Amino acid sequence: MSDITSQSLFELTSNIKEKKLSSEEITKVFIDRAVKSKKLNVYVTDNFEKAIDQSKKFDSNPNFDLKLPGIPIAVKDLFCTNGVRTTAGSKILNNFVPTYESTVTQNLWSQGAILLGKLNCDEFAMGSSNETSFFGNVQNPVGENLVPGGSSGGSSAAVAANLTPVTIGTDTGGSIRQPASFTGTVGLKPTYGSCSRYGIVAFASSLDQAGPMTKNVRDCSMLLEVISSFDQKDSTSIDYKRNCYSKELSKDIKGKKIGIPKEYRVDNMPDEIEQLWKNGISYAKDCGAEIIDISLPHTNYALPTYYIVAPAEASSNLARYDGVKYGFRSPGQNLIEMYEKTRSEGFGDEVKRRIMIGTYVLSSGYYDAYYLKAQKVRQLIKKDFDDAFSKVDAILTPSTPSSAFKIGEKTNDPVSMYLNDIFTVPINLAGLPGISIPAGKDKNNYPLGLQVIGKPFDEQNILNISYALEDKINFKNDISDWWLSE
Amino acid sequence: MSKNSEYLIERENKQYEVIIGLEVHAQVTSESKLFSQSSTKFGAEPNTQVSLVDAAFPGMLPVINEFCIEQAIKTGIGLKAKINKKSVFDRKNYFYADLPQGYQISQYKYPIVGEGKVILDMPTGQKEIGIERLHLEQDAGKSIHDIDPNNTLVDLNRSGVALMEIVSKPDLRSPDEVNVYIKKLRSIMRYLGTCDGNMQEGSLRADVNVSVRLKGETEFGTRCEIKNVNSIKFMQMAIISEANRQIDLLEEGKEIDQETRLFDTKRNETRSMRSKEDAHDYRYFPDPDLLPLEISQELIEKIKSDIPELPDEKKKRFIDKFNLSPYEATILVSDIETSNFFEEVIKNSDVKLATNWITGELFAVLNEKNLEISQSPISAKNLSKLINLIKDGTISGKIAKTVFEQMIDGDQDPLIIVKEKGLKQESDPKAIEELINKVIENNSDKVAEYKSGKDKLFGFFVGQAMKESKGKGNPQLINKILKEKLNG
Repeated sequence: MSDITSQSLFELTSNIKEKKLSSEEITKVFIDRAVKSKKLNVYVTDNFEKAIDQSKKFDSNPNFDLKLPGIPIAVKDLFCTNGVRTTAGSKILNNFVPTYESTVTQNLWSQGAILLGKLNCDEFAMGSSNETSFFGNVQNPVGENLVPGGSSGGSSAAVAANLTPVTIGTDTGGSIRQPASFTGTVGLKPTYGSCSRYGIVAFASSLDQAGPMTKNVRDCSMLLEVISSFDQKDSTSIDYKRNCYSKELSKDIKGKKIGIPKEYRVDNMPDEIEQLWKNGISYAKDCGAEIIDISLPHTNYALPTYYIVAPAEASSNLARYDGVKYGFRSPGQNLIEMYEKTRSEGFGDEVKRRIMIGTYVLSSGYYDAYYLKAQKVRQLIKKDFDDAFSKVDAILTPSTPSSAFKIGEKTNDPVSMYLNDIFTVPINLAGLPGISIPAGKDKNNYPLGLQVIGKPFDEQNILNISYALEDKINFKNDISDWWLSE
Repeated sequence: MSKNSEYLIERENKQYEVIIGLEVHAQVTSESKLFSQSSTKFGAEPNTQVSLVDAAFPGMLPVINEFCIEQAIKTGIGLKAKINKKSVFDRKNYFYADLPQGYQISQYKYPIVGEGKVILDMPTGQKEIGIERLHLEQDAGKSIHDIDPNNTLVDLNRSGVALMEIVSKPDLRSPDEVNVYIKKLRSIMRYLGTCDGNMQEGSLRADVNVSVRLKGETEFGTRCEIKNVNSIKFMQMAIISEANRQIDLLEEGKEIDQETRLFDTKRNETRSMRSKEDAHDYRYFPDPDLLPLEISQELIEKIKSDIPELPDEKKKRFIDKFNLSPYEATILVSDIETSNFFEEVIKNSDVKLATNWITGELFAVLNEKNLEISQSPISAKNLSKLINLIKDGTISGKIAKTVFEQMIDGDQDPLIIVKEKGLKQESDPKAIEELINKVIENNSDKVAEYKSGKDKLFGFFVGQAMKESKGKGNPQLINKILKEKLNG
């Protein structure tokens, strides 16, 4: 049996069901490894003691019918967890302990999973490198002083570094797929409305979706099956029949039509990304898929549209953090002064930047020119995809325009940071499912990802295509455990 | 409206007209809040009716309470208004300690109900007031400044309670019309069961828009909005005070600033709250947590079929069917409880008598004791029994008043009172004749005077006969027999 922490979710559940491993054994080795992995800074809050108790409890009366039997899982610190501190990576929620559980995490626990702890992320999920977190940056296990991507940077690093078998992140403009791409892992953003937003600290409500982050496509299908559910507590949750994604997972993609959008060939795209894409296309052909050139004409407008819509919603969503009811408060002589001090001291620069952008674009006199226009463009972007999907079953693109960059490299250049999301934001704007799978490496041996985009509710199809490609690509993440301490 | 009933404010040969529009905030009658399941019960301990959604905890999401939607549609139908099949909930963004989300969920561009109307019964005739729109929104919590000397305390029990904002067109022209308008609106909503209209509990409040213009002018003047006035009396006072303030400014050749003002009830004056320049930029945008609200024709039809008879229709029926005067009908339908009481009484008794007794004796008692008709000390059942006793001649109207007085004490059965006190009217002609003979015998001098032409003495004989009968003699019979005897 290979090292426990490097096993896939599929292997671990099989081993538990076959009683080759106990939940306690598994939980303990992940905790031991986490203790030696502090340098990566993936955890904001650990739940190790309770996790061990719960694993013992599972072992004493195991239910092997569950989909995640006694599997320890760490989750992004954007999910509210009952009795366990939830910070959203922000000082303003530094002391916040929810009395309730998000629907998505509840789905995990209901299927037998055990909470290992809360994973670092960009503050309120605003960032592409995990550097905006109040709790410090996260190291990418791929290489020292390399960002793990963001905002689900703690999550991607934790999966890549074998600190959790799988995890869940959230994706508003690429926050699952981009970090997955940077760490050589798999990350899927489901169709908007698939996974409940109840109990997830909101960033941009019309874009936020939770999704699985895993070592491989099969694990991804297993986890999606657990977290995707209709929820009456979220008015934007959609009631449709969800697949048993892992059962229906298949490498047979013969005859599938895969679109290649010409607009994703952006200026200054590194040759290695271009090559990666070409390889992906040829693998898809090898699998019997039909490649079709398509056009998504409004792609260029996606990024500016996103950076109006998302900050607009965020500026309003974050108004509740005012020091009155919970979280951090900095006292003042009067209400206004308390607000000003609380929010000045409680939020970091990137969050403040987006609150200001959002407030601006919603202001009277600017609303029509920015917010309203962005909503119209959003419809056009959506229509681009609708048109494309009348011709193809899925779309293949690179996940990101570059591989992971150095910590600190882009912190003073927000626009260059925002450009990281160029291939991922259109999918959020259109509410579509998208998955990033590791597909190759650049000259520095850093992982690169390919993105497969599907029709609404067609997660099964993009999982199957990814599963087939994964097999052809045969990606190996050679991570040296350079960060481990004794 | 006739000319002499116009409400005009005079200044040195000039007459100013007052233009009023109201934004009424009516609390939707509903067990639970607009977007959460917390209770809306009035008077609970502070912060005991607050869900995680109401307090805006991280990750909490609003879920629409469909009953509140139906209540708004019902009210819209009652206001003869257009129901919009698609409406949108927007966020109205502003910071305040009792606004936990940092925004109020309201409806801005696309309200659930569009244009409608309300008919006012003014002493000079009917007047139609246009309704601009009705939209749904959340109430905020309450900031309490006077309990703790150093801190403001916040009670979130009201946070998230459903309100209907009913915006009138600027069709109101006097404090009297405002009074009748509010009462009519309240009456319609109480008929529908969509708002209890309880102003003491804050279920009905209004922002009052006031402007003035010279009589004959067709353009509107600059308006000021007086925020959050919570009684009809204060609305009327605020309007008079604000209109006069504006006229004084105009008379001095000054301009009126468009602004939001507050009414100081102690000083009976309005004062500036914020100018147009300081006006909040609420940054309205569609709430991404809620999908646009779509209402099916089936639902509208279903609600329509459940709409009870409303005051205007009821009034028409009372006039047509019971031959009531418009005045009587207006009074009886003004409140659902009153009309229900009336209809209960007339189930088994005479309509004319019932109308008189309810609008006369009963209202007097209620007024005196400051009671609502729902708290009437006399039940509809016993009042109808009393009316039947009058109608069938068992007791006279006069005796009935005595019986009525006694009924007030514990809603006693008039049949029992009449029986126990022996108040039954004497209607036997022989007995009446006997006592009249006695009266004539004892007053021979007065009889002579009467016969010599002093007609006025007839009343004296009636009184004597009544006295002789201990008040129980049938007055019609006494009259009849006395006439025969004296004139014969």
